Amino acid sequence: MSRLLQWLFGRLPIGWLQLTHSRTRFAAAIAGVAFANVLVFVQLGIMNSMATATLKPYDFFNADIMISASDANSMTEGGNVARQWLFQAQADPEVTLGTGIFVGNTNWPRPTKTLGLTSFGIDPTLPDFLSPVLKPKLATLQLKDSGILDMATRGLPPEEAAAIRPQTPASFEVTGKTLTLYDTFQGGGGFGGDGYLIMSDQTFLSLFPARSSAAPDHILLQVKPGADPEVVATRLRDLISDKSLRIRSYDQAKADDLSYQQTKRPTGIIFGFGVIIGVLVGIVIVYQVLSTDVADHLSEYATFKAMGYPQTFFLGIVFEEALILAVFGFVPGVLVGTGLLAGMKKATNLPLAMTWDMAAIVLIGTLVACSLSGAIATRRLAAADPADLF
Amino acid sequence: MSDDYPIIVRGLNHWFGSGEARKQAIFDVDLKVVRGSLTVLMGPSGSGKTTVLTLMGCLRDLQDGSIRLLGHELMGAGNALNEALRRRLGFIFQAHNLHGSLTAMQNVQMGVQVHQLNDPKLEQQAARHALSLVGLGDRMDYLPGNLSGGQKQRVAVARALVGNPDIVFADEPTAALDKESGRNVVAMLKRLGEQRGTTTVMVTHDNRILELADRIITLEDGRIVSDTKPA
Repeated sequence: MSRLLQWLFGRLPIGWLQLTHSRTRFAAAIAGVAFANVLVFVQLGIMNSMATATLKPYDFFNADIMISASDANSMTEGGNVARQWLFQAQADPEVTLGTGIFVGNTNWPRPTKTLGLTSFGIDPTLPDFLSPVLKPKLATLQLKDSGILDMATRGLPPEEAAAIRPQTPASFEVTGKTLTLYDTFQGGGGFGGDGYLIMSDQTFLSLFPARSSAAPDHILLQVKPGADPEVVATRLRDLISDKSLRIRSYDQAKADDLSYQQTKRPTGIIFGFGVIIGVLVGIVIVYQVLSTDVADHLSEYATFKAMGYPQTFFLGIVFEEALILAVFGFVPGVLVGTGLLAGMKKATNLPLAMTWDMAAIVLIGTLVACSLSGAIATRRLAAADPADLF
Repeated sequence: MSDDYPIIVRGLNHWFGSGEARKQAIFDVDLKVVRGSLTVLMGPSGSGKTTVLTLMGCLRDLQDGSIRLLGHELMGAGNALNEALRRRLGFIFQAHNLHGSLTAMQNVQMGVQVHQLNDPKLEQQAARHALSLVGLGDRMDYLPGNLSGGQKQRVAVARALVGNPDIVFADEPTAALDKESGRNVVAMLKRLGEQRGTTTVMVTHDNRILELADRIITLEDGRIVSDTKPA
């Protein structure tokens, strides 16, 4: 390693030699940086899982434009939209197809816990609006009072979810009616409900008698191939007379929902702060590790300064140490972080996972934090006369 | 002028501390050091010897007076000039100031590397040669923690000399050495003066080596009280 670094830097690898001089201190420094990494990984993992969970229900559908009520900040919130706007939207020459979707919450009472299921009612005669995962299961939705369940529902044992098949359905009562689950699909628990439930709009309306077929929660539209959904949405905003409606491209609706969850809802703000606190604590740890190291070697650095070495030489040593600590701390950090996120996923069924993006961000962030910390720690050396530091 | 006198000090004053605690340590010191000579600074503790040495070696910023070092004025000198001048000097510190994580050879190598030869083999060769000259050819791979005080001091001497400096500043270089080793080190510095023209300014309390000095300057309370040439 020493020879490799000497070849790499074109000088004695003083940073490496300094760090490895005391194995115990080196191990403690690596542990500190790894801990900082784990902290940030966990916070980023939670933040990412919120984004994944927020966007998950959008994956169930295939649409270009979504029309929602003015207070519908997310797919599962807000008031209804009059179905008449669906017909008006279809008057646009580039709108090819439209449908309304209904959203509600269904409770499945279980012996140990009642499962809260975010439920979507869709028109089973319009398969084009369903994702490729759901489309093959559409036939079962045409049966009266039937549904397909999210196999990743939190609180539902995987083997029990796997047993829900057309030959072995599961049933439970909702508002005095029996709902039968014939199949499952891969959804994923979110921060709201325990899982998702898909049913036909007719089944939905029979389970939620207060709801009207004339007022779905959202209207989904598809446009002609090659048409720009943003352009069509802008045109629809002029066309539809109810100006309070939110008429957006499907992608824009996703982006708005994500932004709302991350910046307006308490959970998002708390998770955001978690990331900030994690990063700050991480910076404090790496600064402490590097500034202590610089302080311990100040008289030695002062000797080098007396010999004519410039400030850039000391920055080079500190950057060398920063690189070593960042890389050596990253490896255990990413391993422990991956394990922790996997454990948390198992416990909560939230979409928590280590991603390449997260790993790259944390590695680069650690390098920058280590380098800045080291540069700050060498300021005293830059300012002082060598004779005052011996 | 600078060729004959690599160090010219005029009206040098220096203070430590600030406010009411500000205390003058050096009073109006004037001296010229001849090229290739071995000058000894003597005096009781606190007389200002080391302060004068560090001011001449551009290890402290000048506050008042003038020092011309190798033809360059140190008053108001910037970092770049200070660094360039320091590369032409060799320092032997009382406390050795060896880097504890580097072997004896790596410590000495640092004295060559500063000249940016960018030739590790040549640097190592020079470091080996310098260590052999101070009798440490068999201790090259030792860390300072595994060397005696005298051995550490000899490594520090090798580090100071390996870059072939124009001036050597030495602060008590023989303090940790026995009589013979101390004399050998000073004799080596003397020889460098005669052969290469290397100028040495040395702070010492060691009377055993005074006979090798070309000039002995005594300071007391920050003032030069005597300036003699031994017979």
